[in-house]
Amino acid sequence: MASASIPARITMPAEARRGEIIEIRVLARHAMDRAIDAPGLTPVPRKIIHTLRVTYDGAEILHMDLSPGIAANPYVAFTTVATTTGELVFEWLEDGGAVYERRQMLTVT
Amino acid sequence: MTLPAPRIGLTRRTALAAGAAALLPAATVADAQPAHRETMAAVERSVLAGRTPLASGVTLDMPTLSENGNSVDLMIRIDSPMSGEDHVTAIHVLADKNPFPRVATFRIGPRAGRAEVGTRIRLAETQTIVVLAETSRGTVHRGAREVIVILGACVDGG
Repeated sequence: MASASIPARITMPAEARRGEIIEIRVLARHAMDRAIDAPGLTPVPRKIIHTLRVTYDGAEILHMDLSPGIAANPYVAFTTVATTTGELVFEWLEDGGAVYERRQMLTVT
Repeated sequence: MTLPAPRIGLTRRTALAAGAAALLPAATVADAQPAHRETMAAVERSVLAGRTPLASGVTLDMPTLSENGNSVDLMIRIDSPMSGEDHVTAIHVLADKNPFPRVATFRIGPRAGRAEVGTRIRLAETQTIVVLAETSRGTVHRGAREVIVILGACVDGG
């Protein structure tokens, strides 16, 4: 799969103690075009991020299905338990098959 | 992030009228795409799969009144020990009066530590938001909250 970058802000600690619950907040820049046809609007085809998948050290910790009912610039907050030093991989799946990926390291002490 | 520009001089009355007018084209779009049209009752039935939801354990944090339906903050907390045997597996967010009632589904597991998720959603009009949380024990917890929307998300392109 193609993997381009996406303007996104990932807020999470770089370090955590083992067993600590950390909060992760993700904000991506995306118009989330939802194919509405209303007066004064130019109809555009639907193009949204339909899935956000997050893996931590290879295991999936969040799988979110998004719809046109999610606001533009999709924001997601969730938590995870710091288990081992490893990489968190964030993948946004867009209509049309594009996949955007970002990686963030978490050091567990 | 980009926010819609403030609409100066727009009174509450005209805003409501515009909101009502915007619903008609939305219905036309839905008719044109019957494959995507799913009713709230059908969504709830498919999530519940014959189970009776428990009216406890869900904390749904949302503003009571939202000026702008294009972006409404939502925070969900489920009472769960989030252990290997007893944890939340899925959290569904449903909005009855949106063109697509199935707004979002979060799939999590014991590695989340806490059953706590947040996002921002679009709301077409004043309505009740329903949250269904499935657990590994097979139970479903249901929570609902009414949100008053002044300017619906159908009105402009945000």
